[in-house]
Amino acid sequence: MEVDVLKKIPVREQEPAVRATNFEEVCKGYNKEEAEAEASRCIGCPVDRAMCIKGCPVGINIPGFVKEVKEGNVEAAYKIISESSALPAVCGRVCPQESQCEGKCIRGIKGEAISIGKLERYVADTAREMGIKPEAPSEKNGKKVAVIGSGPAGLTCAGDLAKLGYDVTIFEALHKAGGVLVYGIPEFRLPKERVVAKEIENVKSLGVKIETDVIIGKSLSIDELLTEEGFDAVFIGSGAGLPKFMGIPGENANGVFSANEYLTRSNLMKAFDENSTTPIMRAKKVAVVGGGNVAMDAARTALRLGAETHIVYRRSEEELPARVEEVHHAKEEGIIFDLLTNPVEILTDDKGWVNGIKCIKMELGEPDASGRRSPVEVPGSEFVIDVDAVIMSLGTSPNPLISSTTKGLEINKRKCIVAEESNGQTSKAAVYAGGDAVTGAATVILAMGAGKAGAKGIHEFLSQK
Amino acid sequence: MFKILESSELTANIFRMVVEAPRVAKNCLPGQFVIVRTDDESERIPLTICDYDRAKGTITIVFQIVGAGTKIMSGMKAGDSFADFVGPLGRPSEFCEEDIEELKKKKIVFIAGGVGTAPVYPQVKWLREQGVPSDVIVGAKTKDILILEEEMKAVAENLYITTDDGSYGRSGMVTKCITDLVKEEGKQYDVCVAIGPMIMMKFCCLTTKELGIPTIVSMNPIMVDGTGMCGACRLTVGDEVKFACVDGPEFDGHKVNFDEAMRRQQLYKTAEGRAMLALEEGDTHHGGCGHCE
Repeated sequence: MEVDVLKKIPVREQEPAVRATNFEEVCKGYNKEEAEAEASRCIGCPVDRAMCIKGCPVGINIPGFVKEVKEGNVEAAYKIISESSALPAVCGRVCPQESQCEGKCIRGIKGEAISIGKLERYVADTAREMGIKPEAPSEKNGKKVAVIGSGPAGLTCAGDLAKLGYDVTIFEALHKAGGVLVYGIPEFRLPKERVVAKEIENVKSLGVKIETDVIIGKSLSIDELLTEEGFDAVFIGSGAGLPKFMGIPGENANGVFSANEYLTRSNLMKAFDENSTTPIMRAKKVAVVGGGNVAMDAARTALRLGAETHIVYRRSEEELPARVEEVHHAKEEGIIFDLLTNPVEILTDDKGWVNGIKCIKMELGEPDASGRRSPVEVPGSEFVIDVDAVIMSLGTSPNPLISSTTKGLEINKRKCIVAEESNGQTSKAAVYAGGDAVTGAATVILAMGAGKAGAKGIHEFLSQK
Repeated sequence: MFKILESSELTANIFRMVVEAPRVAKNCLPGQFVIVRTDDESERIPLTICDYDRAKGTITIVFQIVGAGTKIMSGMKAGDSFADFVGPLGRPSEFCEEDIEELKKKKIVFIAGGVGTAPVYPQVKWLREQGVPSDVIVGAKTKDILILEEEMKAVAENLYITTDDGSYGRSGMVTKCITDLVKEEGKQYDVCVAIGPMIMMKFCCLTTKELGIPTIVSMNPIMVDGTGMCGACRLTVGDEVKFACVDGPEFDGHKVNFDEAMRRQQLYKTAEGRAMLALEEGDTHHGGCGHCE
């Protein structure tokens, strides 16, 4: 295979016109030849100086595993990644590499960065096909830790603690483990059975137990976990929480959904499948309000369910918070972007069903606190987009279930749990936290980084006991 | 898995089950609910808790067949298991947190309609256990579909049964009964708790507003996760949007926008109806009935 050191080996994808009508994974990943060719582009910076490692929230030894890929040693590469990450097949697919490891890659200065994410995915997928699994530690230390939530933060924290010999139980509120990996991110970006379920199996093979259908704060309190249930420490990785709405007229009309609801129906409950017992509205024209990764996921799901789909976003393309790759894929598939556009009212028919969304044109003004130029309305520019469903993807506010039922657990003004960034420690003894419950909605890999920090904090705390 | 210990049909299409769910039974209180799934392909079905036994670790549920999911549930027998049974969800009834001596000074009336009798029962029972008497009005279309009469009689101070057709007890709807009690029979109430079909709760609230009795209702909108994540259960209470699963399910009935709530309940009616028809008619269902595509 011919390699231009300045250019990435392209990755095979489903054709846009084909994938717009199915839920199969968009990206097909590298094969052996492609992966080895791509790995050969790596300069191999020394571990203590490699910028890519500094860009990785969980600190994977990237040059180390890439070298093993180049030499055809997938098992060795997998072992190197596993030292730092419990979910490589997930991260290889959903991490924003362009702003993390790949964003810092020296190759990227003159040419294109190494496709670290695609290589990580190749290693994880190949290791899975070869049946390579992490092993449970032979010695247990006799200490029990409860982890709340089985999303990326919880799985990472649990995996790290299990490797250190702790007896770890994850409590999950839903009927299925995985958190946002199963209810939020769609099948076409992250296959549930083939990838997510297998990575969770790997965490379980480290000795981690997962109890579904338990809502901490309702079924059991944190204090009960620390007393009656005999846990020595607790990690809270309960995730983002309640969907936000705009507060505009018509928002409770039939046909207005939160992105959380729409995606949960499709991903967790499999409503995209005609045979599913859980219904989903199969709309003709959909407006998705928002510009983040979740908005892209909702829009691309609606498109696959047969709708003409619009993204309505109040700023310009440059400010879209979604990953560039997601925006690119969405455009390729035919999503219409109505940028610098903000909804002011949802219109309904006489029976209360959505039949349009009234928007106003925006223009960019002065930069706001976030450094982004803030959008201001253009007077008199209202217009109506003719739609029969609206999906609100405006982020979330923290879930009060745990904070309202746990004495001594400090929350901040935004109602997020207060925790030390370096070790996850909260204001309550023996209780640690990380992920979206602490930061508000962020990314899978940042939650994993927080899970890692929490495991470290808990280990330090329990080692002194 | 959550084992069914007892299962019976109380009346046509209304079933009662006792289910082993120690984690739910440990901390649940009146007013809360559970979400169940029959098997791994099942939708998530929210149901109110009808009774609980902490010592035995069991929860009693009562449900009516309203769609494909509850139809499948009705076929489950003692010895079978639910794949999932999660709770307690929602907030307990407000009085669970009130001072008992203050509660004893209040005259409380419950109005239960149809299968709504089931969630009323644990509230009346809980109050009785705290030494707080309360009156109960139970409404049913006809005598045949009345449920939990004996159980309710054992815990209510006064039980008034009324049937729409007059086939048993008093004659007429629950709104007539409460009006008669207050206007004709000298009863005074400080608070009313009305639970039943939304249309019944709406008219109860119109009546109690006229009678000047503050009224609490228990809302049962469409839900998915039941933990605040999806927002499907949102409703308008006063000028605020509330999530029934985390802010409720009980709300000030005089502030609830029932028309909107009833409209939102219709959201998947056609989809649910289609699923049910397909299930009932199986391979013989090929459309053309006018209700499906």
